[in-house]
Order: sequence, then structure tokens, then C-alpha cells
Amino acid sequence: MQFPTFSSPHLPATSSVARVMREVLLALLPGIAGAWWFFGWGVIVNIVLATLACVLAEAAMLAARGRPVVVTLADGSAVLTGVLLALALPPLAPAWLPVVGALFAIVVAKQLYGGLGYNPFNPAMVGYVVLLISFPREMTQWSAPSGLGIAQLGLADSLAWSLRGVLPADTTLDALTLATPLDSVKTALGIGEMLREIVAAPKFGAYGGHGWEWINFAYLLGGLYLIQRRLIDWRIPVGMLGALFAIALVFHGSDTDSYPAPLFHLFGGAAMLGAFFIATDPVTASTTPRGRLLFGAGIGLIVYVIRTWGGYPDGVAFAVLLMNMAAPTLDHYTKPRVFGQSGKRDNQQSGDQ
Amino acid sequence: MTTTPRHLHRFHGGLHLPANKALSNGGGVRSMPLPKQLILPLAQHIGEPAEALVKPGERVLKGQMIARAHGYVSVPIHASSSGTVIEIAEHAVPHPSGLRAPCIVIDTDGKDEAAPDTLSGDPLQLDPNELRNRVRNAGIVGLGGAGFPSFIKLNPGPNRPIHTLLINGAECEPYITCDDVLMREHAADIVAGARILMHALNAPECLIAIEDNKPEAAVAMRTAITTTSTANMEVVVVPTIYPTGGERQLIKVITGREVPSQGLPADVGVVCHNPGTAVAVQRALTRGEPLISRILTVTGQGVARPGNVDVRIGTLMADVVAACGGYTEQARQLLMGGPMMGFAMSSDEVPIVKTSNCLLVAARDELPLPQAPLPCIRCGACVEVCPAELLPQQLYWYAHTRDFDKIQDYSLFDCIECGCCAQVCPSHIPLVQHYRFAKTEIWNQEREREKADLARQRHEFRLSRIEREKDERAERLKQKQKALQTPAEEGIDPKKAAIQAALERTKAKKAAATPAAGDDI
Repeated sequence: MQFPTFSSPHLPATSSVARVMREVLLALLPGIAGAWWFFGWGVIVNIVLATLACVLAEAAMLAARGRPVVVTLADGSAVLTGVLLALALPPLAPAWLPVVGALFAIVVAKQLYGGLGYNPFNPAMVGYVVLLISFPREMTQWSAPSGLGIAQLGLADSLAWSLRGVLPADTTLDALTLATPLDSVKTALGIGEMLREIVAAPKFGAYGGHGWEWINFAYLLGGLYLIQRRLIDWRIPVGMLGALFAIALVFHGSDTDSYPAPLFHLFGGAAMLGAFFIATDPVTASTTPRGRLLFGAGIGLIVYVIRTWGGYPDGVAFAVLLMNMAAPTLDHYTKPRVFGQSGKRDNQQSGDQ
Repeated sequence: MTTTPRHLHRFHGGLHLPANKALSNGGGVRSMPLPKQLILPLAQHIGEPAEALVKPGERVLKGQMIARAHGYVSVPIHASSSGTVIEIAEHAVPHPSGLRAPCIVIDTDGKDEAAPDTLSGDPLQLDPNELRNRVRNAGIVGLGGAGFPSFIKLNPGPNRPIHTLLINGAECEPYITCDDVLMREHAADIVAGARILMHALNAPECLIAIEDNKPEAAVAMRTAITTTSTANMEVVVVPTIYPTGGERQLIKVITGREVPSQGLPADVGVVCHNPGTAVAVQRALTRGEPLISRILTVTGQGVARPGNVDVRIGTLMADVVAACGGYTEQARQLLMGGPMMGFAMSSDEVPIVKTSNCLLVAARDELPLPQAPLPCIRCGACVEVCPAELLPQQLYWYAHTRDFDKIQDYSLFDCIECGCCAQVCPSHIPLVQHYRFAKTEIWNQEREREKADLARQRHEFRLSRIEREKDERAERLKQKQKALQTPAEEGIDPKKAAIQAALERTKAKKAAATPAAGDDI
């Protein structure tokens, strides 16, 4: 009797890229729900637009590169890039903003480098940074979080604003927007105000900004789910949040009126989204255990530096891209000790011989 | 026996796999009818093939040596039953590529007539050297799978005292149960074999490691140790995690020590043997039976009556499956070995060899077709499970780009090919296949380099010889001319001078010819 032959191992696969991407999207749901709750329908409009643009761009590029389109799209990575990019964008952005960002993310940052697995930089963050540098005004159109008594757009109005740039007759853009907590702190500190006066305003919430702290908390929950499911390595978020917390603590401790508290840094911006969902993108992160801790810590430190002394209110995207650049070097210098090769542990063992 | 549980250690990574052992571990060891034909490959294990001692037409007896060891890493082969040698020819052997290799083919006569015993004696009174010789003459290799000649492992040398003989009854690979049933049914033989091995190694202690999913085997072994009142022997139950049965992993679990990367277990004072090997040693040295049969797990939903069978070495896989009720409707894949490290056979017209521990006939939905691989996303799932603590994703990358220097920087040769990385890979990349490819390429390159070095040396030698001969010819010519010009002055007879010159020429020729003898043109 004749049989087909394959290489070992032969057991059924227990995982797939599509399943990993699906679970990451699932873990994003609490954060998405929180963002929608506080910032309104613009969040959802952005997600739909960015995701559609990512998927279409991916399909077009795969076709142009002569790669299988349907099979590759099914890996879900383009959808995830779209959702992550959209979550980083201001909810009152015009429709072309998520689309341009998505196109740049997929076409330039991902497919021109060879597609999934070959891109050195996080595509969503490349798209975000291109938008931030090119369209600074549109990138600040954050709607005011609900619960502060400021009007919000409904679904129909959000669509009209996003797609046609039309607002309801009784309102203006200025009446709908509110600077983000990080932005407000930076501006206020810049004109010499005292921190304790600044954060007393209701929009600063309990510790991380009204609405923002809840959204960050939701991302944290999703991230813990991913760690529990072993879909992301705990080292990157722990490295990043730990470093951010530590450096914030040092400066806050030295001068409580000029440097915001560590919790504000963790819950007041994009730290949780970045730590659990963006920095953990496996393709662009370090892959060794020690490398991942350092990779995360590097992001945490750069985020703090940019937020405190840089030109932008938040710095997660820049920090991630800078550390993406450092990832190959980190991998090179943090190779783990191989079983049976000489190293620290082996010395200890020969000691007890 | 100590009652306090031994402190065990952990190795990095590993997997909890569905065991699928219940399919074959009931019903003990079955015997099967003597096959009509036996096909005995001359190479059945690592090392050099044996050299045939018989000719076609010759009658052989069961246990008669029909091929002798050739080189150090080699053991003889014995006829598994009595009959007539019909040919010594190329035949398909168990190899993933469907390779054909020289085999001795015997038509059995059904009498199963045994050759005279040359092996048995009182093994515990024998000199360890003599013991090792007999183990070698019995054709015994490791029966766990790799098949390294056992006598070599019994000879660690004077500089490496062995403190522990480790009987590896972990049997971590799914589906395989031959060691499990052997321990349940032949525990006393294993104990007796282990005592002989301890004697050969001068080892003060023997530990028998069994995974905790084989409680019956552990009980049977403990009972055998107690009833035979064997001293310094202990059963150690270890957690079930693949690949605990890997020699280096098991030594780490038991002793906490790591066998050096380029070294041997003996470097940390341990020697590992499979329970089957212990039984083979016991049979050879107390009953005079060389290694002519082994216990084989025949399992999977593709075979009608799965179980463990006592099989003569050289029996065709097709005959074994037939003795187990034949294939079921769903049979689709035939593996020699388990699902993690076994290799797929393209045909069942292939003999069982000394290292065959399992025939897995998988049904259609049991072991699915491999999925199309996607690009590596560097998720590092492989890093977390690698028991050798390698970076499988980097090894893959360098195998993929054929960077064979870099891949060795990442310790490719420390990979034990356990398959954990490929098993968890979300991109379904056949990682182990890439590593095997890289290893083979590197071995080929090394062979090529050695050949090239040799050729270059020969070439350089030839050039220098030609140059030297030219110089010598010129020198001779000069002397000849000198001799012709100056005979009168020195008062030498021209005739004598000519003879002298001729003698010198022969001498020079001889001198020129001597180094050339080593030159291969």
C-alpha cells in the first residue's frame, strides 16, 4: 500500500495567525466600547473607514504583487491594522484622514516591505505618524468626552461631518472639541501654571482624565486577557508601563507641581493601547525574552521624554517606531543561553558537583 | 527505597500533548506468526553499516551472525529466524526519502532453529570489557529510537565515572506504548538487565524514570525491584510533558544538570538506556539470545487491532499490519515512530529494523494534511516551547535565507528536532524540515570543503614535485657536462665516470619516485 509523506510533526495545528488576530480584535472590544461611550460615533466611523481602506489597499497590493489575495486577507492582519490606526485618531477627523493613514500604513509600511512578517515598522503607527506630521490641525479634533456637559454628535451627524464636513446648524466644531488631558497639561505647564491647579478641572477625572482613565482601564483588561491566553508576552507591556511609571515617579517625586503623577501617565493617554496592542506587534518587536523587556522599557522611557520635553502631547507612536528600529540590535545582544552551553547557570551547577 | 519524593527539576518549554496511548496500551504484548521473508538492512542505526558474512543460498539459523560490525560505531546483525539467504541486494528501507539500501533477504523455513549460544554466562561475574564485547556481539543498539550502539554507551572511559544509570521509561511521544507494556509485563527482566548495565558501568545507582501517565508501569517496576530485593535501584515518576523522554531533558529533570552542548551524558556522570535495551542485554547475557526481535507499537485509527507486537527484526511492515487485522477504511498515512518525531513512509513494503518503536497508521481525520504555511510573524511561540532554549524563529530565518554561518551562531546543532516549535507555530511553518535541510546542507558543505582541501593539497604537491624534478634534471645535466669536460684534469677514467653518472641518475630517480608514491594522479 502507498501513502503520502509529510514532514514531522504530524499532529493537528493548535493555532493559526487568523485565530491570533481574531483574539486580539476580541480583546480590543472593551476599549472600543469605552471609546465609543465617551467619544461618540466618530470612533466607530473611523474604525469602519480605516478598516475598509486597509483591507482594500491590502487586496490591491497583493493582487499587484501576484500574491494570493483571499487567503492572505483571511489572516486578519489588515483588519487589525485598520482598527488600531482608527483608535489612535481623533473622533472628529474628516473621512479622508483615516483613509490616507490606512493607505500609507498598508501600501508603504507593510506591502512595499513584503507584506505580513517582513515589515520592520509597525504599519498602524507609521500611518499615524504620517498623519500627525502632515495634518496637525485635523489630528487635534478630539471630541469632548461625554459627561462633561458638552454636546456630542449622533451617528447620522457624525457620518455627515466625517464624509461631507457638514455640522448640524446649531453647532460649531469648537463647541464640540476639547483638548486631550495630555495636551491640556502640556499647554498649561508651558504657560507656567501649577499642576495641582490644572488637574483640579473636572475634565481631568480621578487620576487620568475624565473618560480617558476608563478607556485605558478597558484596554488594560483586554491586554490582561491576551496575556492570560498567552497571545502576547507579558514582558513588553510590563517593560513599557514599568519604565513609564518609574521615570514618572522619579520626576513627580522631585517636583509634584511640574511633573504629572505616574498614574496620569499610565491612564491619561495612549499608554495602555500602546503597551498591550501596539508595542506587542510581534513582527516589529524584539523576539528574545530579555530583548522584549528592554524593548518595552525603551518605549516607556521615550514616551515620557516626548510627553515631557518633546513637541507632541503624546509619544507612543514615535517611541514604538524608534524601538522598532532598535529591535534587531536588541535581538542580537540578548540571545538567550542555549541548553547545555556554558553560561551563568552552568557555572552554578558545576559548583555543586 | 526512599519514601520521600525526589526533588525534580524542570526543563524549559515543552508541550502537553494529547497522549492517545489508550489505543494500544491494553492487551499486553502479542506475538505474530513467523513471516515468510525477512529483510535485514545492513545499516540499521547511526554509524557504519555491517558487513555481510553470508552468501545467497546459504542456510542460516536463528541468532546466527550474518553480518559483522565494520568500524567502531557498528554492531553485527543476526538472522531473526532460520531459513535460506536468497539474496543480498538493494531494498527499500525505513527512510523518509524511500531510500533503497543493501539488505540480506532470508526466506524462513518455519523451523525457527536456533544457533548455538555464544553469549550467555554469569554476567555479573564477567569483566566489564568482556560484557561490552558480548553486548556488541549480540547486536544491541538503543531501542528507544536513535539506535546508538549500546556497547559504546557502556564504555564512558576512565575519566568519566558514572554515578547514575538512568533507565528512560518516560516514553513522552504520543501514541507509543511499547516501553509502557514492556515495563508492565517484563519488569523483572528490566531490573535484571539494569543490574547488568550497572555492573558494566560500575554505576552505584540506577534510577528508572517513568512519566506520571503510566502508573501501572511504575507499580510493576517498583514491585519487581522489591520482590528481587535489588539494592540501589529506584523508580522516579516524572511529570508528563513532551519531550521529557529526550535524554538531555530527562537528565535535567532528574539531576538538575545540563549535559554540555557538545558533550555526552557521561560528562555529568549519567548514562541513559531504554528499558527495551535493558531487556535485550538481559536476554543476550543470560539466555544467549542476540537482538533479533523487539516490541513494536502498532496503533492509530487506520489499523484494525492496535496493540503491541513482538516482531522479528526484518519483518515487513505490511506483514505486521496484516497481523494486526489489516488497514481500516480510513487508513491514510503510515508513520514509523510517533506523530512528533516519526517520519512518514511512502510504502509498507519496508522492513521493521532495530530502531522501529512504533507503526502509526493514521486515519483521515486523525492527523490532518499540513496547512499551507504563512509568513513567520515572529510571535515567539516557538521560543517559549523550545526545550533546547533556542530561538527557532531566527533559525528559520537563516535556514530560509541559507545563511549557514549565522544559523550556526544560533546553535542549529543543539536542535533535537522534537517538533515543539512547529507544533505551536500559528503560521504552520514546517520548521523542523527547514532545520533538517540546513543541517544536511552544512554537512554537505563540510564534506565538499574537506574534498577541496585535499584536492588543493594534492595539486600543490604535484606542482612542487614537477618543479623539483625540473631542478634535478638541470642539475644532472650540469654534472654530466662537467664530467665530460673535466675527465683528464682529475685523472678519472671516463668510463668510470659514466657509470658513476648512471648510478647517480638512478639514485635521483628513486628519490624523485618515493614521494610520488603517495600522490594520487
